[in-house]
Amino acid sequence: MKRPLVGWNLSTPSEPAPAGCSLFTRQPYAGSVTTSAQTGAQAGASFDDVTSSDSSLRRFLHGLPGVDQVGCEARAAGLGTRSIKTTAKAHAIDLAIRMVDLTTLEGQDTHGKVRALANKAMRPDPADPSCPATAAVCVYPDMVATARQTLGVLGDSGGPAVKVAAVATAFPSGRAALDIKLADTRDAVEAGADEIDMVIDRGAFLSGHYLQVYDEIVAVREACARPDGGAAHLKVIFETGELQTYDNVRRASWLAMMAGAHFIKTSTGKVQPAATLPVTLVMLEAVRDFREQTGQMVGVKPAGGIKTTKDAIKYLVTVNETAGPDWLDPDWFRFGASTLLNDLLMQRTKMTTGRYSGPDYFTLD
Amino acid sequence: MVSTGSTTDWTYAPAPESRGIVDIKSSYGLFVNGEFVDGTGKSFKTISPSTEEVLAEVAEASEADVDAAVKAARRAYTRVWSRMPGSERAKYLYRIARIIQERGRELAVLESLDNGKPIKESRDVDIPVVAAHFFYYAGWADKLEYALPHSMGSGADQQPLGVAAQVIPWNFPLLMLAWKIAPALAAGNTVVLKPAETTPLTALLFAEICQQADLPPGVVNIVTGAGATGQALVTHPDVDKVAFTGSTAVGRAIAKSVAGTDKRVTLELGGKAANIVFDDAPIDQAVEGIVTGIFFNQGHVCCAGSRLLVQESIADDLLERLKRRMATLRVGDPLDKNTDVGAINSAAQLARIRELSDIGDAEGAERWSAPCDLPTKGFWFPPTVFTGVSQAHRIAREEIFGPVLSVLTFRTPHEAVEKANNTPYGLSAGVWTDKGSRILWMANQLRAGVVWANTFNKFDPTSPFGGYKESGYGREGGRHGLEGYLT
Repeated sequence: MKRPLVGWNLSTPSEPAPAGCSLFTRQPYAGSVTTSAQTGAQAGASFDDVTSSDSSLRRFLHGLPGVDQVGCEARAAGLGTRSIKTTAKAHAIDLAIRMVDLTTLEGQDTHGKVRALANKAMRPDPADPSCPATAAVCVYPDMVATARQTLGVLGDSGGPAVKVAAVATAFPSGRAALDIKLADTRDAVEAGADEIDMVIDRGAFLSGHYLQVYDEIVAVREACARPDGGAAHLKVIFETGELQTYDNVRRASWLAMMAGAHFIKTSTGKVQPAATLPVTLVMLEAVRDFREQTGQMVGVKPAGGIKTTKDAIKYLVTVNETAGPDWLDPDWFRFGASTLLNDLLMQRTKMTTGRYSGPDYFTLD
Repeated sequence: MVSTGSTTDWTYAPAPESRGIVDIKSSYGLFVNGEFVDGTGKSFKTISPSTEEVLAEVAEASEADVDAAVKAARRAYTRVWSRMPGSERAKYLYRIARIIQERGRELAVLESLDNGKPIKESRDVDIPVVAAHFFYYAGWADKLEYALPHSMGSGADQQPLGVAAQVIPWNFPLLMLAWKIAPALAAGNTVVLKPAETTPLTALLFAEICQQADLPPGVVNIVTGAGATGQALVTHPDVDKVAFTGSTAVGRAIAKSVAGTDKRVTLELGGKAANIVFDDAPIDQAVEGIVTGIFFNQGHVCCAGSRLLVQESIADDLLERLKRRMATLRVGDPLDKNTDVGAINSAAQLARIRELSDIGDAEGAERWSAPCDLPTKGFWFPPTVFTGVSQAHRIAREEIFGPVLSVLTFRTPHEAVEKANNTPYGLSAGVWTDKGSRILWMANQLRAGVVWANTFNKFDPTSPFGGYKESGYGREGGRHGLEGYLT
């Protein structure tokens, strides 16, 4: 299986970890990992045996180390007690803003609403030009053209390069025939989506038809190709609230990474529970281990239910102390969120002015 | 690309807990008969192990002071406490528990200052568990006829023993106090307690809490001092019960000194616990459990998982993961809320840890320490792991009582059991596997008082705790914890 580069900018091999017990030293093993295309292709090839049949894929996924629920949740809770203050908080808020996929996925969405959202994504705080833009706007496929038009073609306007992400593949349930899912994907890509957020077939996954899920991801990824030779980046949504167990989350993570996902994403936001810290922790462990084994980095996107700056910072701490600082970048970690952005902006204003502003001082969409 | 340049360098800013919340007096006397009194002996200084700053001067109780304390305890026992209905004793214990919760932040800061442990642990573990112990035993005070197996439901009257002499260590100063005082008081005994000489301050704050709770004078007496004070206390002829937590050497000396008397004794001593990881373990949680097992409280834990027994087939992978995790441990200021590993409690303990680690080097084990910038002042030792350790190495046999892990490997479950049990100690053990049947089998085979399955260093007042062999005798916690204070 040949796989192209993962992500937009592969991190350069990190330097040897400097002395100091801080969390921010690079993980000692990251230094030995090379993220080159060549390694990637070789690594991809090593999964050919695994994905050659349903039974071998099942053996591999069920052979992954188990996740102890109590221990996993305790670790996530422990990471949640980190106290991030002053300069560290200011840095985290800006980083979190840059990681937001500003999302609207409602039946009642209008073109006007999407235009407003896209404008907000480029200038989240119109009063403060130092406020960074969000990573992307995330919309349904029929809104991609509108978002694209508002945001301009990436990089050509000199303005902030906010990407357009589109949910596809019969989002959120994924209950449609494969050709419809692929058509949905191609449609979004043609309309100018930079990123496709697909959903896996949870029914197939839960009944153990892992190869079917795998093949579908591979097919969607192929449908992400653009005529100019490029391709939209693929985020694979597991809907972890439906997968239920952490063991399933770990298996789904490996399945999607082997199938070529650029990002693995927790939830659609339409099912409760959506993103949780322990689920994200398990996914971060998976991308960390995947890089150890293959040299390739895969991004992680928790989505749904992350509403406050405090929550967002807990996620960033978890990224920092689990996958490592290499993932503290919008290319490798995103928040799928809508209301989170305003809380980040409110906290950001508080950090600079020392005062909280009322909600009316921040735009609603 | 997003507009802002990619900066992945994110350092956590210092997040110190405020020290101002606690008032430390310049000097402290002894707490006898409900009042603070000057000792007749000398005094000693207690320092903060993270900075070596002197925190306070504390009286060293002389034999006469100890005698006065025991007399006060005897008086309170015969005149007040033993006659009081259990339901009334319970009210005092509940009141103490609530005050501990209310003053929790103060107690946590003081504990971290005097002991060197990270505020994260004193705030989230020590103090909440202390309050939980008082709440738990308060509930037993009027239900003692159900406490002992032979009395269960018989309506038989359970009698307290009298005056309890209690000597506690420095690793969990207030928690060990709670383990000792809560069951003793619930059962109707009065106590004279000696905190460790390096960590007397939270016990003295607890004395203030007893005053605040209007506890009758003499029910709790606190005498500070070192070995001689402890010796005077446990050998005092009017003491009915001796309870000690600390080193096996001192425990042995205490057992000798009370031999031939009718004093009841419980000893909770050292340990060299095996933390056993099988190849089917939930590996990321096992790594967390190993870290909690040995680096919690700087490894100053009698039940610390100081011997890692890992199945050979996953040893390399597990050790890589462990080292990667250890490199993220934050060692430093105990009052910083983000500190994971604090200061070693004393110069003497640091010297002991260094000595045994050097012996590990000399015996040919391979040392790896997490890369740390240790503070220049105070007593510090980096989280350390020794690989290539065999059962014959001293670092596999002796209690180091510091953040030092010895790693051994095994191939079969039987070999794991054999190695785990091949120690003079038997306080605790941990088993990591996804197989429930193996957990049950292992728990039956292991000669250890506590066996944790897929977790480690979890404490709860409802659970009895105590050891086999050189780890001591008697149980603390749970219904069993009352046995040591009832006749």
